[in-house]
Formats: sequence, structure tokens, C-alpha cells
Amino acid sequence: MDANLSFRSGLKDVLPTVFGYIGVGLALGIVANTSHLSVVAILLMSLIVYAGSAQFIIVSMLLTGSPISAIVLSTFLINSRMILMSLTIARYFKQDSFLQNIGLGSLLTDETFALSMNKLNLTHHRLRPTWLHAANIVAYLVWAAATVVGCLLGNLIQDPNQFGLDFAVVGMFIGLLYLQLITDRSKPFTTQLLVIGFVAVAMYVLMRFFPGNIALLLATLLGCGFGMVVSPK
Amino acid sequence: MSTYIMTTILLCGLVTWLSRVLPFAVIKNMTLPAWLIKFLSFVPIAIMTAIFVESLLTYHAGHWPGFDFANIAASIPAIVAGILTKSLLAVVITGVVAMALLRLTGFA
Repeated sequence: MDANLSFRSGLKDVLPTVFGYIGVGLALGIVANTSHLSVVAILLMSLIVYAGSAQFIIVSMLLTGSPISAIVLSTFLINSRMILMSLTIARYFKQDSFLQNIGLGSLLTDETFALSMNKLNLTHHRLRPTWLHAANIVAYLVWAAATVVGCLLGNLIQDPNQFGLDFAVVGMFIGLLYLQLITDRSKPFTTQLLVIGFVAVAMYVLMRFFPGNIALLLATLLGCGFGMVVSPK
Repeated sequence: MSTYIMTTILLCGLVTWLSRVLPFAVIKNMTLPAWLIKFLSFVPIAIMTAIFVESLLTYHAGHWPGFDFANIAASIPAIVAGILTKSLLAVVITGVVAMALLRLTGFA
């Protein structure tokens, strides 16, 4: 990754995340297939909802015939972290048109958000819509394609995890977190380490009481508050 | 496709889209207070840590979380690859290969 904010550079920067989308997308497609969801249904879900972990929950809740209200509430809770990420990234696009902002927000994901935060450290804290559009669109199309392929091949590949593809997402966040830690000069290194340690412990404690997705949101909020307290004035 | 599935997809899509887009719409027309900017500046590192740690733990309702030893084991070479190469792609590929080897050899 470098300081270039062109469309082409966005295509290049998003490449490492593609493995994660393929791995998880195939897995979701296979689960959808075994849950008797049609290819059209999973395609529409990937295009309209476009949220990895939420889609797994939706598929499983559809299978058990849960009330629509319960599925929508679960989806909102799982995706509520999007509010935090959009709030954080939106201020870099204040000069751009309303339509650009809506377009960028509509396709923002955990991955393209984290990628953008890495990119900021190389560009004197600037982002451009073209760069993020490129990353977002690649992610969107790869995700939709992977879920469809998984659903079509559902009966052939029994276990995509045997190739280790399910680890691609974890690996990506390891890389993004490490790069964030070593390149973000806006905060002292020790402050960042303290926040990482705090959030890790908070996750463990919170997962005693809440499922992972809710714990993730709470730990992030607590971690931000903790960061404010420990950062030098 | 039943209307049950279609309605669910549309409504789930709507709440997710609003979560993504409303903050952009709100921020566009207002200046954030300094304390909120400071608070949000910790979102990247906090959320990436939380996502990573979530993948190392397993949730058991009413009990302390367990550990996902396969993910923990594969994380080690991935972290080493990050330190050595500072390349996102290298980290991802190293981690995937490590996980495939763990499964192949029956450790995971």
C-alpha cells in the first residue's frame, strides 16, 4: 500500500481482503444451500443486506422460521458497529457531494473501513471517494459472486475450511491491526498497546455475558473511552 | 422465493443500509465536538482488536468463553509474517497455509 488514492490503487489495495470474502462467501453459500435457500435468494441477500456475519444469522433464523421482527432486530444489533465505523470515516469525505457520501456509506464493510484507516497513515490523513469506491465495489462483487458459487457448488465442496480459507478473514485483521499499530503516528505507541490490551481483556469478560457480536460492539465503545482516559493530554 | 424470505431480506437490508449511511448524512452537515473526534479516533484500533479477539474465543451461553486453539495456532505464523514483511497479503496467505497444514496434519 502507498499514498496513491486513484481508482486503480484502490483495486490493488483491496486485493488481500478478497481472499477473506471468497472464503467466508463460499462458506455462507454452502450453508444457504444446505438450508434449502435458492441461489436467487442468497444472491439478493448478498446484494441487499451485504453483511457477512449477519447473513449467517439470517440464514439460520430463516431455517427455523423465526419471526421477521426478531431477524431484523438481530441484524440491526450485529451491524450496529457499522454506525461507529461510518461515523469515524465520514469526516474524511465532508467536502464531497451528498451522493458520493451515500454511495461510499452504502458499501462500507469492516474490511474496507480497516483498509481505509491503514491508508490514512500513508496519505497525510486524506482519503478520496474514487479510491474507496474501487475497494468497496471489488469487495461487493466478490462477496456476491462467492456466495452464489458456494450455493451452486454446495453439494460438491463439503468443507471449504479444509483449505484454511476460513482463516483468511482472521489473517487479514491480524495484518490490518499490526499495520495500524506500526504506522499510526497520531498516537503514542504505548497508548495503542494499552487500548489493544484493554479491548482484548474486555472481549473475554464480555463474552461471559454476551454473544461475540454484541461483545465486540461493547468492547469497542469501552476501548474508545479507555483510550481517551489513558492518552496524554 | 416466499414473501417471508423476500420481506426479511428487504427489511434486514434497510436497517443495515441505514446503519451504514445515516452517520455519513449526519456528519455531512455538522461539526463534531472535539471530544467525539478524540473518542472516534480509537475506533480503528479498538474494533480491529475486538474482531481479532472474537475469532480466538468461542461463546458458550452462561459460561466463560472457550479458546479457538486452531485460530490461535494459525495466528502465530501470521503475526510473524506481518512483523517480517509488513505485507497484508503475506499475512493472509501465511495464515491460510498454516491453517490448511494444521487441518491436513490433524491438529485442527
